[in-house]
Amino acid sequence: MLSKRIIPCLDVKDGRTVKGVNFVDLKDAGDPVELAWQYAQQGADELVFLDITATHERRGTTIEMVKSVARQLNIPFTIGGGITTIADAEALLNSGADKISINSAAVRNPSLIEDLAKAFGVQFVVVAVDTKLVNGKNMVHLNGGRLITELETEDWILKAESLGAGEILLTSMDHDGTKNGFDCLLLDKVARSINIPVIASGGAGKVEHFTEVFLETGVDAALAASVFHFGEIPIPYLKSELKKHNIPVRL
Amino acid sequence: MIGIVNYGAGNIFSLTSALERLSIPFGMVNTETDLDKYTHIIIPGVGHAGAAMKKLEQTGLVAPIKALKKPVLGICVGMQLLTEHSEEGNADMMNIVPVKTRLFDKNQGIKIPHMGWNNIDHKNNSLFEGVENLTQFYFVHSYFIEYNPTFDIATASYGKPFSAAVQKDNFYGVQFHPEKSGIAGERLLKNFSNLKQ
Repeated sequence: MLSKRIIPCLDVKDGRTVKGVNFVDLKDAGDPVELAWQYAQQGADELVFLDITATHERRGTTIEMVKSVARQLNIPFTIGGGITTIADAEALLNSGADKISINSAAVRNPSLIEDLAKAFGVQFVVVAVDTKLVNGKNMVHLNGGRLITELETEDWILKAESLGAGEILLTSMDHDGTKNGFDCLLLDKVARSINIPVIASGGAGKVEHFTEVFLETGVDAALAASVFHFGEIPIPYLKSELKKHNIPVRL
Repeated sequence: MIGIVNYGAGNIFSLTSALERLSIPFGMVNTETDLDKYTHIIIPGVGHAGAAMKKLEQTGLVAPIKALKKPVLGICVGMQLLTEHSEEGNADMMNIVPVKTRLFDKNQGIKIPHMGWNNIDHKNNSLFEGVENLTQFYFVHSYFIEYNPTFDIATASYGKPFSAAVQKDNFYGVQFHPEKSGIAGERLLKNFSNLKQ
């Protein structure tokens, strides 16, 4: 049976992980390779790296980082942040990334999804969508929720699927950082409306939130950052709890 | 030493990295004569099976690969190339293993691609030595190899059973990505490198 996936997300800047990380046995908490390896040992099913480097030199450092991760890691990983062209994506693919995630570049230029899917296959293309409730409607936002678009979230996701997205990473900006649980209502609607996998993101605070999102919605994976980085929820414990609820996981 | 068929279908960085971690020596196969340099051959591949077959044909390696007597392992699309035909691009494959590569049926209520960790029921083939039955491997594919008891050496289920691994004589294929399947995947690569000629 296909397992539900648990995915830690790491923010990286200039090839280093940012945000505090609190693993006791880490020699260098800023080293994405060591952190990634640690997560793989703990039983993470996949990793997502979000590159927030703003400088022009970003490509070189990011590619070196991706290569180092690919050399060490024996599980799949996705890299997102600042990918706007086929050439960006190809460089990451050739450096060992399994998938790339595109967000605002896809909103600004939807044909990028199609071009990437044609060039590298749909399995390579994750479309990340940041959503926020505005006047009762779920609207796509850019720039970490600061910039509203004219796109309704559910419509945009349907369009992304039809253009060739292989997976949707849906982050609820209303839930993100609250630790009050995932947006199960929206996630379930989305997961039922499309025929590609959905990763739930935003709001994980405790084990029950993961149980809830897998039992109450049709999502395929759940992503979180701080609860994993600060060791609040150890992945082996999380998975054993999910298993108690008959949620298929990889132990 | 393992030779990796270098025909331009997808990235092989993850595969070579896994072999490096395992200290398994490897080199690249670009021409027919390169095939003689290695004891074991891996055919990697991601992306479109029809397009991958065209690329492989352009290298002129199809006939020499079919004539090989040493262990050959096709991974993912590399495995699909071993089959008779793929529905992806409605293309003829190498026809080494006489089974068909077919598209998953979304009417079965499954999401496509089949992406993530799924367990496999293996039949104690030497490729799976030391791998506990029902271990999970990492899959990512939209097309699958139909189950055929003659060639199946590991079965997975997604909507319905399909072949996660096949064997015919010295030719092996795995649909999952051993280079991305944790310790079990690394063990499988090691087992392949130890297969007797």
